[in-house]
Amino acid sequence: MALLYKELGLRKEEYQRICELLGREPNYLELSMFSVMWSEHCAYKHSKEVLKMLPTEAPWVLQGPGENAGAVDIGDNLAVVFKIESHNHPSAIEPYQGAATGIGGIVRDIFAMGARPIALLDSLRFGSLKKPRVKYLFEGVVAGISSYGNCIGVPTVGGDLYFEEAYEGNPLVNVMCVGLVERENIIKGHAKGEGNLVLLIGSKTGRDGIHGCTFASEELGQELETKKPAVQVGDPFTEKLLIEACLELVSKNLLVALQDLGAAGLTSSSSEMASKGGVGIEIDVLKVPRRERGMQPFEVMISESQERMLAIVEPEKISQALEVCQKWGLDATVIGKVINSRKIKVYEGENLVGEIPTYALTKEAPVYNPKAEKPQYLAQTESFNLKNLTHPKDLNEVLVKLLCSPNLSFREWVYSQYDYMVQTNTIGLPGSDAAILRIKGTKKAIALSVDGNGRYSYLDPLMGGQIAVAEAARNVVVSGAKPLALTNCLNFGTPEDPQIFWQFKEAVKGIARACQALGIPVVSGNVSFYNESFQKAIYPTPIIGMVGLLEDVIYHTPMGFVEEGNLILLLGETRSELGGSEYLKEIFGIVKGKPPLINLEEEKRIQALTLAGIKEGIILSAHDVSEGGLAVALAECALTSGMGARIDEINIPLKPEFLFSESQSRVIITLRGEDLPRLKILTAQYDTSFEVLGHVSGEKLVIGNKIDLEVKEVAKIWREALPKLVKG
Amino acid sequence: MKFGVIVFPGSNCDMDCYYAVQFLGENVSYVWHQETNLFSYDCLILPGGFSYGDYLRTGSIAHLSPVMEAVKKFALEGGLVIGICNGFQILLESGLLPGAMLRNKSLKFICRYVYLRVENPETPFTKLAKKGQILKIPIAHYEGNYYAPPEVVTQLKANNQIVLRYCDEKGNITEEANPNGSIENIAGIINERGNIFGLMPHPERSVEPLLGSSDGKIILKSIIESVKAKI
Repeated sequence: MALLYKELGLRKEEYQRICELLGREPNYLELSMFSVMWSEHCAYKHSKEVLKMLPTEAPWVLQGPGENAGAVDIGDNLAVVFKIESHNHPSAIEPYQGAATGIGGIVRDIFAMGARPIALLDSLRFGSLKKPRVKYLFEGVVAGISSYGNCIGVPTVGGDLYFEEAYEGNPLVNVMCVGLVERENIIKGHAKGEGNLVLLIGSKTGRDGIHGCTFASEELGQELETKKPAVQVGDPFTEKLLIEACLELVSKNLLVALQDLGAAGLTSSSSEMASKGGVGIEIDVLKVPRRERGMQPFEVMISESQERMLAIVEPEKISQALEVCQKWGLDATVIGKVINSRKIKVYEGENLVGEIPTYALTKEAPVYNPKAEKPQYLAQTESFNLKNLTHPKDLNEVLVKLLCSPNLSFREWVYSQYDYMVQTNTIGLPGSDAAILRIKGTKKAIALSVDGNGRYSYLDPLMGGQIAVAEAARNVVVSGAKPLALTNCLNFGTPEDPQIFWQFKEAVKGIARACQALGIPVVSGNVSFYNESFQKAIYPTPIIGMVGLLEDVIYHTPMGFVEEGNLILLLGETRSELGGSEYLKEIFGIVKGKPPLINLEEEKRIQALTLAGIKEGIILSAHDVSEGGLAVALAECALTSGMGARIDEINIPLKPEFLFSESQSRVIITLRGEDLPRLKILTAQYDTSFEVLGHVSGEKLVIGNKIDLEVKEVAKIWREALPKLVKG
Repeated sequence: MKFGVIVFPGSNCDMDCYYAVQFLGENVSYVWHQETNLFSYDCLILPGGFSYGDYLRTGSIAHLSPVMEAVKKFALEGGLVIGICNGFQILLESGLLPGAMLRNKSLKFICRYVYLRVENPETPFTKLAKKGQILKIPIAHYEGNYYAPPEVVTQLKANNQIVLRYCDEKGNITEEANPNGSIENIAGIINERGNIFGLMPHPERSVEPLLGSSDGKIILKSIIESVKAKI
């Protein structure tokens, strides 16, 4: 036994600690349970301490981190429940099933809270599309999301997508799910009440995903193909039935607690429920319905078979609960009960085959505070002198090239494969700054956005973390919503590497700083370490999923131009900031320099001003200026609306350093000429800078004497760019 | 009047249909796939979704549900039945409408707005439309590539059973305007008797301008008018 711990991914000192906690050596079943619960994936052992920096409270937060998902109050007796999670490693190996089961897992986290899943968003990162394997991964991931999300009837309403060499061997598939629940129907995963029954609902248990979370906690190596059996297979039909059955169980008040079976299967769901409730749980593995013969108790306990839920039910309600499951055609089996002693006891029939103190699996898991050390590469990237660049002369050509680049091209090829309209709440098409969903039965709507520029975090994780939060908030604000709370998915390399851990710490510090400044709490999240392949780490990539509230759906504001003749203004300041920009990467093939600076106070004022202008009805369209800078943002306003613009009043120097600069805290707005005086008063009130750029006009995008393009022509190549890259 | 929305395991547009009917001010109930008496309804909606996961072939298991026998009886008595998307696929599988669905020619799921030309406004489902009227309604499917043998298509044409065809913004029936490869750009057909209608586009998704189009209202309101005229 003592030699097996290594094979199961545990360290020597961890094994010793297990022996201390048990007062003896563990048997194989127990060791397996420890190995999955003490994996990075389940125990957050390297991240726990650092995550304490994040602010998690606000008066409207109903549930912060620690439950299946976070929840915020949106009034009208309703709560929005949401969380983001990664499924990077499975998707690197088997993209279709990896992405599909990623959707399944995060959706279960949401209805485990009693909420109906109403939206999905995906944040995807791949290597260069020039590589055949990357194409395979990209197409497979999109197809997997499409098949699973569409089948369960949850609309995929937004996301973001970047191609960058750093993700070649280890793509990122981060999925955010958002749910809606009446406040009193929120249910938690606290097992309570001695003698209450443990009910397993859903799919039969097989050998799939054995040690899946241990595998998620290792770097990817050459043995990629041999890991395929560790990837689970999704069954969206059963998931759909599970959604309906669980929501019916919750609405009929038949459950004490509910939890999904994700990583580490029965082991984690039972021990987490017991731990949260301060109790113990007894399970008989012989009662677990199985798909395969001859399964050992340890296999039953750590199997990651998908589409299963664990519920705690009072004995007098069990027959009613079973009836609901039967109606939906689901297996539902009592496999154990709640006990008062704080232990997880595993039986095989009469025989006790494992016994572990509840907290030993959860609260007593080791916590590490690894060394952090500023990476060496930064000396080189930071000292890069942007002044030595020879910029191209033809800016028309540059702009078109940027618009057709893999990162900025039109995303319809992706989102048209997703059913983004089912449930009939989606306002507008995907591809806007934020997705908007109206809330039926109220006049409200919510705005959702996912963001995270890995390049910025690579060049300065502290700045990257701040910008990720600020931009996600800005995207929600320009759509007419007030940011309420966020969820984050922190994708990094191996935490035992001090240089990686430094990136992690700095990025979290940045997120915390921006959250404090903007008054946005973190209510849920996920850490994904070991995103390395062949000793190369991905860009440190914190992804932020933001939820905002529109008090009235009429505040919903498009990004594209609205009316011929409207004034086009830029809020915020443009500095020469090309470090880490799309321009630098696409035109020069360089990822260097310092990312743009962010002043969080300025950001706050710009966001407040934008929201005030929208609420007063004077801002008719608003678009965040991000990758590609002002020129690209103006083009996006034109391309999405089919309307041209004459930018002839601009004072910003018409040089690439400014036109393609990615200075933060900027928003392009349009308004009617007669509303300019009112806007000026608002800008004074909010102490923000602005400048008039020009007018919505005609069918061309004209920026001074530098850019002159037919909107229709550019729209065509912009739309065709991504399908061409996929085919080509 | 009263609508019934049939719920198969895996249906996922049932709630949308329910909401749309309610939005138009009419009564509506869900009908569980095991129910066998449907005579209290004036119109049955077979909603979209993935009945039984569509694991075998779209609609192929749902058509064996007990409720489908009842739907057949209901239709035999002249009751109005509309199958939307997966509902259309189920109607094809149960033989209530002719033809079959193939995968989209792109071999990808497609979700987007399409334009439809009303070819036959003289049905209970389209009576509020004009002949040649263009409707903007979304599609969302993987298997919507309608196929029928040439002799069946000839018959469909002869009997004026082709109700909706995919067209461009101006109403031209072109190859480019055909999103999924359907024969003759067919988007919706009706049975000979004129009381069973199947269509791939989702009228229930377009009853409010807020969501992008309210052309779907023309279809749902036609049904309401037809039933009320009969009553």
